Amino acid sequence: MVGRARAVVAAVAAFVLLVVLWELAKLLLPRDGVLIGETRILPRTDDSAMPHVWTVLGRLLEPEVAGAADARTVGAAVAAGALFTLGLSLGGLALGGVLGMLLALAMQRFGLLERAALPYVVASQTVPLIAIAPLVVGWGGKIAIAGWTWQPWASVMVIASYLAFFPIAVGMLRGLNSPAKADVELFHTLAAGWWTTLVRLRLPASVPFLLPAVRLAAAASVVGAIVAEISTGTRGGIGRLIIEYAQSATGDPSRLYTAILGAAALGLVAAGAVGLLDVGLRRYRGSIR
Amino acid sequence: MTTASSAVQLAGVHKRFGEVHALDGIDLEIAAGEFVSLIGPSGCGKSTLLRVVADLEQPTSGTVQVGGKTPHQARLDQDYGIAFQQAGLLEWRSVVENVELPLHVHGVDKATRRARATELLELVGLAEFAGSRPSELSGGMQQRVAIARALAPSPRLLLMDEPFGALDEMTRERMQAELLRIARETEAAVLFVTHSIPEAVVLSDRVVVMSPRPGRITEVVTGERPGPDQDVDDVRESGAFFAAITAVREALRKGHG
Repeated sequence: MVGRARAVVAAVAAFVLLVVLWELAKLLLPRDGVLIGETRILPRTDDSAMPHVWTVLGRLLEPEVAGAADARTVGAAVAAGALFTLGLSLGGLALGGVLGMLLALAMQRFGLLERAALPYVVASQTVPLIAIAPLVVGWGGKIAIAGWTWQPWASVMVIASYLAFFPIAVGMLRGLNSPAKADVELFHTLAAGWWTTLVRLRLPASVPFLLPAVRLAAAASVVGAIVAEISTGTRGGIGRLIIEYAQSATGDPSRLYTAILGAAALGLVAAGAVGLLDVGLRRYRGSIR
Repeated sequence: MTTASSAVQLAGVHKRFGEVHALDGIDLEIAAGEFVSLIGPSGCGKSTLLRVVADLEQPTSGTVQVGGKTPHQARLDQDYGIAFQQAGLLEWRSVVENVELPLHVHGVDKATRRARATELLELVGLAEFAGSRPSELSGGMQQRVAIARALAPSPRLLLMDEPFGALDEMTRERMQAELLRIARETEAAVLFVTHSIPEAVVLSDRVVVMSPRPGRITEVVTGERPGPDQDVDDVRESGAFFAAITAVREALRKGHG
């Protein structure tokens, strides 16, 4: 518990330090930035490039549409967008997690499959996301299952899972193969079959490899969901909000920062959700020998 | 040819790994309750011989019987328990759960396996560590847990591959005394692979001396296993003990040719 409290204090302190540095930069550095000849080596620090922290926070409480008194606040819009994207990210993480684990299990079970599939699994991650997004939307448009037609958010979730499955498949495979030869032979002498060896040996042994993989996958699925929202033009999420607010950034720069703040908070919540998994599997965490 | 009273029977067993001739015409019979050690230089195939009995390796030719069955059937029926040089305890299981593992794998209900594991932890003198994590135990204690685990299915045969090889000399002698007591109480036969001549002599009814590759049995020396009313430390200081050590050492030297 002490360690956890200390981590929270450290995180808050880091945030405060960032705010102080931001404001110090505005206070001390020249407003037009620093130029050497024609090259700008430090950015402008005026209010349109770096709004005050309190301006950004204040903007959260103002209505989204100026003048309309009953309109929702910017803060509410950002929160709603972040929540929408969080749902898609976690959905993508779950989908990618299940696919990644099944792939890892299949690769562990059939060595031939590992040698055949692993290069393609690695190659899949070098294809740029923005190249895949229109493909997924295009394929999805042709799918209609029992009266349910493909929705744009489903494309976002699939694209997020595309990024999430990779660390999980690779981490899980390493974990499943981590037991020492002597441990595997012990299970053989106990006349344990593949399934029993999996449940009693390989799965517990894979947890210390799986947890950091899931953490990576959670971050990847958040990035994937935001980029996918932008490249598929899906409405309702933080990705769309970033684009909308960026278009008005010259006139209202602090608004863009509220959306960026929302995206950062989203990442933290996703990482926190994975942290819960960590607590639940504590028993298996230290099992690397 | 099979007698019900023999724990292990090997006849004309050869084992080749490609070009390497690991075992060459091994004939060996271990009686029920007998303690037999295999000793020889590194690479003489003594571990391979134990692994053939355990169904971890298949002999290239020859016949192997474990309690009158094929090694494969004996493994499926859990007729033997095995302990390696590394205790190999599962860190996510408590000590008592590690001892329960063989029973757990075979679907024995929780109450029965817990009762059996508790009994075995008492046998190896670790009852108060039942709830501990394996990493909290010393090397010698971990090895005792591994022995208790090997004994869980009440096997008639215990296979041990240098189980005390990683322990310091003092712990090792204490473990030898423990093992003698356990073997006596369970009446299980033991096939014991070791590098140590005094260890082989003090534990065994018979010490089987093997030659370097290709692994052959060169000589069988009578060991000095203490009887039920004999103290193991008295045996270690007896003249017969030193005579047997000398006999094993000479057999090893002859094997080197």
